[in-house]
Amino acid sequence: MEFLSYLISGISLGSVYAIIALGYTMVYGIAKMLNFAHGDVIMVGGYISFCGMMYLGLNGWVALLLAMAVCTVLGIIVEGLAYRPLRQATSLAVLITAIGVSYLLQNTALLVWGATPKVYQSLIPLTDASGAPNALRLMGGRLSISYMSLLTMAACIIIMVGLTLFTSRSKMGKAMRACSEDKDAARLMGINVNTTISVTFAIGSALAAVAGVLLCSFNPTLMPTTGSMPGIRAFTAAVFGGIGSIPGAFLGGLLIGVIEAMAKAYISTQLANSVVFAVLIVVLLVRPAGLLGKYVPEKV
Amino acid sequence: MKKALSLMLALVMVLALAACGGGTQPATTTQQPDSGSASTSTGSGTSTASASASGAFKFGASGPLTGDAAIYGKAVMNAAQIAVDEINAKGGIQIEFNPQDDEADGEKAVNAYNTLMDWGMQVMVGPVTTGSAIAASAVAYNDRTFCLTPSASSTDVTANKDNMFQLCFTDPNQGTGSADYIAANMAGHKIAVIYRNDDAYSQGIRDTFVKEAAAKGLQVVYEGTFTKDTQTDFSVQLGKAQSEGADLLYLPIYYQPASVILQQAKSMNYAPIFFGVDGMDGILTMEGFDTSLAEGVMLLTPFAADADNDMTKAFVAEYQKRYGETPNQFAADGYDVVYVLYNALTASGCTPDMSSAEICEKLIAEIQKTTYNGLTGENMTWSANGEVSKMPTAVVIKDGVYVSA
Repeated sequence: MEFLSYLISGISLGSVYAIIALGYTMVYGIAKMLNFAHGDVIMVGGYISFCGMMYLGLNGWVALLLAMAVCTVLGIIVEGLAYRPLRQATSLAVLITAIGVSYLLQNTALLVWGATPKVYQSLIPLTDASGAPNALRLMGGRLSISYMSLLTMAACIIIMVGLTLFTSRSKMGKAMRACSEDKDAARLMGINVNTTISVTFAIGSALAAVAGVLLCSFNPTLMPTTGSMPGIRAFTAAVFGGIGSIPGAFLGGLLIGVIEAMAKAYISTQLANSVVFAVLIVVLLVRPAGLLGKYVPEKV
Repeated sequence: MKKALSLMLALVMVLALAACGGGTQPATTTQQPDSGSASTSTGSGTSTASASASGAFKFGASGPLTGDAAIYGKAVMNAAQIAVDEINAKGGIQIEFNPQDDEADGEKAVNAYNTLMDWGMQVMVGPVTTGSAIAASAVAYNDRTFCLTPSASSTDVTANKDNMFQLCFTDPNQGTGSADYIAANMAGHKIAVIYRNDDAYSQGIRDTFVKEAAAKGLQVVYEGTFTKDTQTDFSVQLGKAQSEGADLLYLPIYYQPASVILQQAKSMNYAPIFFGVDGMDGILTMEGFDTSLAEGVMLLTPFAADADNDMTKAFVAEYQKRYGETPNQFAADGYDVVYVLYNALTASGCTPDMSSAEICEKLIAEIQKTTYNGLTGENMTWSANGEVSKMPTAVVIKDGVYVSA
């Protein structure tokens, strides 16, 4: 029973990592760049929804939509200003720019919102009107799964399936795959590469906003550095699953979350981080492209 | 043309973000010294304290006014300002007070210290947090500047530095104090400890607590750790503590991760007695925090705002009038520091035209003879190694305020 509850907390944490990792992997797969500012877009998403709820009095779900809209615009602006001029530059230059954008976002947030932690109100309240936890109770109440965890898992699966369908079925998805394979050839075929990459960033940033709201619902303190550590975790997850692969990011996120929870529960809380990264090293030794990196015919 | 467009877009982005901030400007501007005498540093290029022309002692202070630990720094500075204003109103010795922000960061604390020395600081209040105090104390030791920190509680702050003194009790003292209190009042409970093992403060208290608990026959059934990187999810640690049957959760950590623990425990329907130390102080004043989560939380602190003595009542009333909130332990520490320094300066016959190094030698001798009755304890005395002797007491949170346990 305890095992199940640890498994569930691992899966729900992993689902948040997976949603962030999906954003990383989308951008990497199509633009072939590591967008290290992704974690900070998550933080912006968290703050925007926080402001929506606290200062504008919006419903949590409306605030989520507002955060998604703002982050989408932010993603397009960042891509247009910082990354587009470097399209022909070396990948190292783009990487350094991304780190620069990350610091810019963090410090702008520090200026605007201050560094005092804000306490975020969970999307689904912790307890219902009578004070009992808002959770699904199974097996005679011995196993309880909070509705927030269920929502996160559902959101993660829906987003993964949606993205897979989008990239494999839609016209824009086809353009994305073409850009991913060869930008110059895609341009010759009449695909607008810049628009395609902008759309990729827009989708990635909207996902970041969703991840921000879910992340803050679990971890209710919001600070300008809130996004950076989950961002790095999720990047690890994306590499673990095979960067560029959408199902890979999903699997990588879930596995990292579950391994972390299990290591905390059954090995030692002190060693949990070491165990996660040791597993990562072993996997990369055996499969340098990540778990699903090789088996995806077209990298998306 | 393209560049102009880019610039414009960048401006729009910044403005949009600024607009979202609304009324939540960081409160860094409220801390300017407002003493009547303007701080004229006369532009002297030397870093040693020059004699103050206005005939007032220059008290410098450094603490986190922004950042994770801002609640501590602000409380100390607010209360120190009250004490300074009270002393100045009496006539006689005057004090100029200059608080600087160090964001609880060692490097920034050294910068803040240097800024203050350029201003002409003669005595230092702070630094407020342990990491900052360790970093700045090395420089202050070489410069011979006397420092009395309100709240940096590690023994490393004062070790081998004869100019550093503490007003708060040390980390080992808190561990012992907690074990003593639990042994005396809640001996039958099964105890779980969750602490941050990459933080000297948390690790230090936990080490002494576990040792003392074993010596007193207390039952520690589970110990969980976390680090700065993993302070977002405690569900596994809490689940373990719950399944081990722990009904008292000892949290020698700061209030920010503690608030996450309280929320996650609530969502798991796990309700042990939460027992914190002085780092828990501040949890009630976090923006947006649901104070009902902290109902029944116990913590160890030398100061309870509801204490029934005239000094506390007057201080609490003044603090509430000025800042609109109930002062916490850090505020009381800051208030006491200013008075201890004032008393020692008066008793040792220091004058505002003395250099910071001369004052330092006089105060080192004087403070070891001092006995002080303040907000945070009766009969406080200091030993040569910088530690204060006073005992912590326990309070419990009821209806959003501290009540003596």
